[in-house]
Amino acid sequence: MRILITGISGRLGRRVAQRLRRHHEIIGVDRRPCPALPTDVVHHRVDLRRRPAEDVFRNSNVDAVIHMGVVHNFRIPAEKLYARNIISTETLLNYVSKYGVKKLVLLSSGDVYGPSPQNSHFLNEEAPLLASQRFPEIRALVAVDRMVQSFFWKYPDIETVILRPSFIVGPNVRNAPSKYFGLTVVPTLMGFDPMVQLIHEDDLLRMMEASLQPQLRGVFNLTSTPPVPLSRIVKILGKPTVPVPAFVAKALLERAWRYRLTSFPAPELDHIRYSTVLDTSRARRELNAEPERSLYEILEPFRVDGRTDEAG
Amino acid sequence: MNLTNVVASAVKLLNRVSDEIDTIITNPEVEARIDAVPANLGPYGVDPFGFDPQYLKRYAGLLVWMYRKYFRVQAIGTERIPEGRCLLVANHSGQLPFDAAMISTALFVEREPPRFVRSMLERFVPDTPFVSTFMARCGQILGTPENCRRVLSNGDAILVFPEGVGGLNKTWRERYHLQRFGQGFMRLAIETQTPIVPVVVIGAEEQAPSFFNAKALGKTFGLPAFPITATHPLIPGLGLLPLPVRYHIYFGEPLRFEGDANDEDEVIVKKVETVRSTMQAMVDDGLASRHHVFW
Repeated sequence: MRILITGISGRLGRRVAQRLRRHHEIIGVDRRPCPALPTDVVHHRVDLRRRPAEDVFRNSNVDAVIHMGVVHNFRIPAEKLYARNIISTETLLNYVSKYGVKKLVLLSSGDVYGPSPQNSHFLNEEAPLLASQRFPEIRALVAVDRMVQSFFWKYPDIETVILRPSFIVGPNVRNAPSKYFGLTVVPTLMGFDPMVQLIHEDDLLRMMEASLQPQLRGVFNLTSTPPVPLSRIVKILGKPTVPVPAFVAKALLERAWRYRLTSFPAPELDHIRYSTVLDTSRARRELNAEPERSLYEILEPFRVDGRTDEAG
Repeated sequence: MNLTNVVASAVKLLNRVSDEIDTIITNPEVEARIDAVPANLGPYGVDPFGFDPQYLKRYAGLLVWMYRKYFRVQAIGTERIPEGRCLLVANHSGQLPFDAAMISTALFVEREPPRFVRSMLERFVPDTPFVSTFMARCGQILGTPENCRRVLSNGDAILVFPEGVGGLNKTWRERYHLQRFGQGFMRLAIETQTPIVPVVVIGAEEQAPSFFNAKALGKTFGLPAFPITATHPLIPGLGLLPLPVRYHIYFGEPLRFEGDANDEDEVIVKKVETVRSTMQAMVDDGLASRHHVFW
């Protein structure tokens, strides 16, 4: 199969390319340069929104598209981030339908449901996407997910897959959860201990590969670990914690964010305040890719050496 | 010298008190019963909803002590609770939900093997620090229809209070008068074909008589109600401790309802009214056969 990957220059994008090239032909599209790619991966340094991107589709006879070029950087002004993600996805969807691509896989995120005190405990794929209710900057990611959903209904002949993983953690990931677990002292919110799920990047890669199987379509929540209280994760890490009252944490983080002293936007605090538990039973039934990594393996790189864990 | 004597005897007294509390809290019989509760625990000791039996052990001893020694609960009809999924529908009273704790404890203490009930929490709970964590680890969950469906489809029991805070925080004048019932529980029972067990608690109304509910004041604290009682808010923090009233808990015959869960309000309201009038009759009977508030 000839697979086109958007956002291939990202850490995860490169991992996906390296994994899939064993069985497939890989074409990369990203506006950033992509160093250290295997020689058999063709990288086109183009912006999806510009003309040359169409040439890639016209000339390559692409079988499947993996869209992971959604930009998550909240330092980019919200309106810019929004336009960039929406327009490039719109253009991409256009090419997918125009050039006879048979499969489209969107790497969305479990974040699109949004942590909220009103959520039901388990969120299945039909749960409303409320993330931007409490975190307006995330609305582009929600909108991209919705666009691909309507694409799914509009083009029943194209196998569209939307993947919504829980917090991705792994050696090549630099997202908010990984940074949080990497802190020397882990702050928690006083009196709150939400249930958290993690997915190891290797498990995610295997599930992404599994989503390429023929006939498979639909929306899938993904996770490696069952839901675990945050306090248990912190205990496994063996790091000191500081419980901070929620309103203090919010005020501090808002100021720190404004003065560029932190990489955590304040609304991310909701993730260590409220549970967002993904119901992953559909993936277990249909994807044929059981997670292999345990919580201990996932947290191993973040653990303080020499401390024995008591949570066993 | 004198001071050291005073300190020494104070320490001794404290030790005795803490020993006493220890025996209440670490009750091996209670711990054995918790272990006997069937739970779907993952490799990290919690079930998918966040219930942690080891955590519950820290508090269950105290609850059982309250059940036996403080409220001296008389539970009548626990054998009527069917096996498998069921919806316990109870009256709500007493300003703080000790009635929920005692109904759950009744099923835990009186049934063989012990039966675990999940109660449906009010919307404000998940946003309240400490309370949210405590409730989650004790296996309680937010009362959304989706959550209820999940628990029932696992064959578990759910405790609901269709009056909500309207029942819990009613004033002294309205005691033992059931408030307006919500319809959600009935639609759920019909949809999932779950038997409804009416449950009535006699005694909780007198545990913290309230003259007035200062709702506006509660709102500023993010609470759904703010009862004014003889001691609350005069004694901060402890003003809502319940009086040692005696609880009588009556479990009724299971009721089964059929029809369409999405019927119009009028149809559902009629069925809800059946439950409500059954429960009001149980309340009246219970009050008539009670000899005294405290024993």
